[in-house]
Amino acid sequence: MGLNKKDFTLLIIVAILCVFAPFILNPFPEGSAMAQFNAGYPDLMQRLVIFGIFAIGFNILFGLTGYLSFGHAAFLGVGSYAAIWMMKLLTMNVIPAIIISVLVAGLFSLLVGWISLRRSGIYFSILTLAFAQMSYSLAYSVLTPITGGETGLQPKVNDPRILDGALAAGETPRANLFGLQMNQSYEMAVGNWVFTFNAGYYLAAIVMLIAFYISIRIFRSPFGMMLRAVKSNQQRLNYTGLNAKPYTLAAFVISGMYAGLAGGLLVAMDTQVGAERMFWTASGEVVLMTILGGAGTLIGPVLGAGFIKYMENIVSKINKSILEQWFAFMPDGIEDLLITLVYPFIGKGWHLTLGILFMLVVIFLPGGLVEGGQRVGRLFKRKKPADDKPDGKTTPAE
Amino acid sequence: MDAIILQILNGLDKGSAYALIALGLTLIFGTLGVVNFAHGALFMIGAFCAVTLSRILTLSHTVIDETQKDFLGNPLKVDVPYIYDIFGQATGDAIIDWAVPISILFAIPVMVGIGFAMERGLIKHFYKRPHADQILVTFGLAIVLQEIIKYFYGANPIPTPAPDAFRGSFDFGAMLGFDPNTIIYPYWRLVYFAFAAVIIGAVFAFLQFTTFGMVVRAGMADRETVGLLGINIDKRFTIMFGIAAAVAGLAGVMYTPINSPNYHMGMDFLVLSFVVVVVGGMGSLSGAVLAGFLLGILESFASMAIVLETLPGINQIIIYLVAIIILLTRPRGLMGRKGVMEE
Amino acid sequence: MSNSKLTRRGLIKTGAVAGAAGLTLPTYLRADAHAGYLNAPQGDTVTLGFNVPQSGPYADEGADELRAYELAVEHLNGGGDGGMMNTFTSKALQGNGILGKKVEYVTGDTQTKSDAARASAKSMIEKDGAVMITGGSSSGVAVAVQALCQEAGVIFMAGLTHSNDTTGKDRRANGFRHFFNSYMSGAALAPVLKNAYGSDRKAYHLTADYNWGYTTEEAVKSSTEAMGWETVAAVKTPLTQTDFSSYIAPVLQSGADTLVLNHYGGNMVNSLTNAVQFGLRDKQVNGKDFQIIVPLYSRLMAKGAGANVKGIFGSTNWHWSLTDEGSKAFVQSFGTKYGFPPSQAAHTCYVQALLYADACERAGTFNPCGVVEALEGFEFDGMGNGKTLYRADDHQCFKDVLVVKGKENPTSEFDLLEIVEVTPVEQVTYAPDHPQFAGGSLGTCNPGA
Repeated sequence: MGLNKKDFTLLIIVAILCVFAPFILNPFPEGSAMAQFNAGYPDLMQRLVIFGIFAIGFNILFGLTGYLSFGHAAFLGVGSYAAIWMMKLLTMNVIPAIIISVLVAGLFSLLVGWISLRRSGIYFSILTLAFAQMSYSLAYSVLTPITGGETGLQPKVNDPRILDGALAAGETPRANLFGLQMNQSYEMAVGNWVFTFNAGYYLAAIVMLIAFYISIRIFRSPFGMMLRAVKSNQQRLNYTGLNAKPYTLAAFVISGMYAGLAGGLLVAMDTQVGAERMFWTASGEVVLMTILGGAGTLIGPVLGAGFIKYMENIVSKINKSILEQWFAFMPDGIEDLLITLVYPFIGKGWHLTLGILFMLVVIFLPGGLVEGGQRVGRLFKRKKPADDKPDGKTTPAE
Repeated sequence: MDAIILQILNGLDKGSAYALIALGLTLIFGTLGVVNFAHGALFMIGAFCAVTLSRILTLSHTVIDETQKDFLGNPLKVDVPYIYDIFGQATGDAIIDWAVPISILFAIPVMVGIGFAMERGLIKHFYKRPHADQILVTFGLAIVLQEIIKYFYGANPIPTPAPDAFRGSFDFGAMLGFDPNTIIYPYWRLVYFAFAAVIIGAVFAFLQFTTFGMVVRAGMADRETVGLLGINIDKRFTIMFGIAAAVAGLAGVMYTPINSPNYHMGMDFLVLSFVVVVVGGMGSLSGAVLAGFLLGILESFASMAIVLETLPGINQIIIYLVAIIILLTRPRGLMGRKGVMEE
Repeated sequence: MSNSKLTRRGLIKTGAVAGAAGLTLPTYLRADAHAGYLNAPQGDTVTLGFNVPQSGPYADEGADELRAYELAVEHLNGGGDGGMMNTFTSKALQGNGILGKKVEYVTGDTQTKSDAARASAKSMIEKDGAVMITGGSSSGVAVAVQALCQEAGVIFMAGLTHSNDTTGKDRRANGFRHFFNSYMSGAALAPVLKNAYGSDRKAYHLTADYNWGYTTEEAVKSSTEAMGWETVAAVKTPLTQTDFSSYIAPVLQSGADTLVLNHYGGNMVNSLTNAVQFGLRDKQVNGKDFQIIVPLYSRLMAKGAGANVKGIFGSTNWHWSLTDEGSKAFVQSFGTKYGFPPSQAAHTCYVQALLYADACERAGTFNPCGVVEALEGFEFDGMGNGKTLYRADDHQCFKDVLVVKGKENPTSEFDLLEIVEVTPVEQVTYAPDHPQFAGGSLGTCNPGA
């Protein structure tokens, strides 16, 4: 496979995690108080790997070259729109939709990158932000005929779909892979546990593994070295007679295509697009994912993406009556006190918890979650010298 | 002609809000080199200083009025502010009416205190850390501040009107010889513009004409050398952070009568203020102010009906479009210094 | 855990345990084929999903919706004073849950973003086994979640959504809307405006630049033009706009004497505040007092505009000061529980929850197709809006519309609006294929199995 031993091990570990995610994410038995924290249902598993792809791609640009794009959500959004139009016009099969989303996002990122990469540092960030905000604003308003505006786009029964046969009466158009529907699941019950194996999730996971493999290859290639050189000292690079622009532009387009891929997959799993997908907060989210996980590391962005999506989907659903269930066994006074103390941090307060965790991670784990993992790892293998550099870890990014 | 004058007025007014926020942001971002995503939150907290003060002034005890009924048919509970008991109703009402201007006095110490606490407690440890870490920590802080405000004040906007004396509008058109009602402008917005001018002038004068300001400017240009000269630049930077927070906070206080404050108003301004600072050029205070007014005026022109008819949607993107054009023609924005946040 | 919750998966669990403890027992269970529909309630409980905005600008509205749902669940399970269940003309509900099953619920945060709303709704369907999703505070979210529910095969009972599209071009068989819409606002407002301001007015529209804004502008424009008003200009404003001065300032120069603010929520609060700041309401144009109109009022949001709403006309779905038996019962039971009167968002959500439960009872099943059949063409009264029809053609409720005005002398912080007129349902009824609603088709109900 052209990987060294360490990278190969990492890839295998990630593959195993992906395959067994339905088990790993559902550690608590059904009906138990902790079942609230189970994340092994199709939608969240799909989102975890898809945003993982988005973050992996973002990291190829930011982690390697140090160029901080603040407009990557635009590529995700453009990819999504391309995919949904494919599903409306051509076929509900996800393959053409995913391919076109990568291509369209690639073209759009080529344009944005070609212009934005004339500047560096904060000026570059603001240029990318400006493009993304313009895309969002226009998609929400004057481009409504193409984008659906506020209400977005969904496949409808009466769309043309020239490659598909007519739908049977009462059928709704569903995303599929040569007939295998993306929302098809197989449930397995073991004792009190129920594990869900979802077709869409495994498709997304396979794509994520491929994306991850490509990203490892890029990190280890001469091209990746060149990108790191851009980051450490672009001036010196220029003095050696090398033009850095083609390399950075290539990195930008690759990461734009990753974003488009993520956008296409989002549509394949959940056939709908809304313009908010391109708002600056969405661009900010992938930046946060990457930094939170550990910019410049191979696995960090995936961890960061998982962390944020998990918080968003799990913590926001805990409400007061669930709290009352949890603490029901306590004496009344203490129960009320605990509920009052915990309540601001769950349900509608999930943003607060997220903000606090951001601060805690960055204050105590300067290298992101990956560093946290390393520290735990070091605790367990004290004997080895502690200076071994972890997989794919480079210096923290700027 | 009158339409254009009107939009210039609008632009100056909008621009003064942008300029004030960008000024504070530049003090931190363009000079201390810290990407402060919590700056919008400071603006928001300033606005909520005004809300808080008017809440304090209207702290009430309830009196049951048997003659009226509430929505459930029970006797109506009427709130009587304590301030009525102290000063009598007339003076009490006057004080409540002037809550927003009075809040300035209240907000300055609060904001400087928050600025000090932020710099000493958090930001100080991040001067040497990568920008990425600064983004993450200040973004986290912004969310936390925002959620705290939401917890206590809810998500809906809270009306905080200007004093009676400044409500209503002023007919400029008649003064300049146009037809009446062509150029009208609200008093409070004129107050806001004047206020912004005074604050901006004061900050510039402070940096330009005081020894303290001179040292800070030297520190911005070359922090290490100033440190080597035996000057405690850290302490001065803390004070600058406090001033920046106060500027953002005051911008917020005075903004409340223009738009009712809500907990996410800071985030609404955040992206825009970054754009303003960068378009102005990193490290340049005058650039930030200039860009603030420029973008304010262009935004106002773009919202004219006649412009929108020819270019639909231009009002959605004008700021970003101008930002792109300026950054492509002038590599470091309007007045940026070489080498500041360019790597 | 003693009070463990039985979900759809509860049955699988029981079956597995009974089979052989610890033994792997694969079951092919795509969409609960055995029950004939997705997420068929197992055991003695049924789970509903309340998907409301808990963060973002509409968080307070979402909180009020959630209060209403909690109250509805309490009433359905036989607690409290029964609220509108006592005044509702259908007497199918017994106060013993739905079809004898105790009602349980899960909550989620839509963030007023369609992606987040769908993610949250999906987790309710996939993880918690919810058989119905309801709530929301914007049309974007309503349309997105409605399409999802159609695809997945559960019922969607829309919360606050006012755009024509929800039951127009984006209508779906599994989705139902109790709230009124832009067309109805326009049709109800026009006669009142004619009475108050005459038939010779020049209107200037400021319109939020997205779907809801477009449909509202179109509805108000066409109904006011029909009675003789002239539209001077219609200017689009960005959704993210916070300061509307540059849009408000030119209004007087245009020669218009009426300003229509097709804005909702935060946009409405800011544009109205700005318009009053510019002194528009003190002006005289064409010999008439300048007037401002807000087609869709939200009392919760109007509070943010403070005294600026006084005397300004608008429409609303429901208001707590209504004196019919249904409204009185609802206000009484909501007010007693929470200490303040409910908003229109709370009302529509409460009613939707009850209507769903009642439809299940009448259909004798939770099967979405049965529910659809029971709701289509269903006529009822006693829910605060007078006689109401759930039209079969587009799943829109037809009922009286309230025209309201900002109150001059409010007696409390909730007493912001006064009812000017209750426009009878005949005036706001339209054909299912009316041009403002064209281009959609319901399709057929999807039970998800």
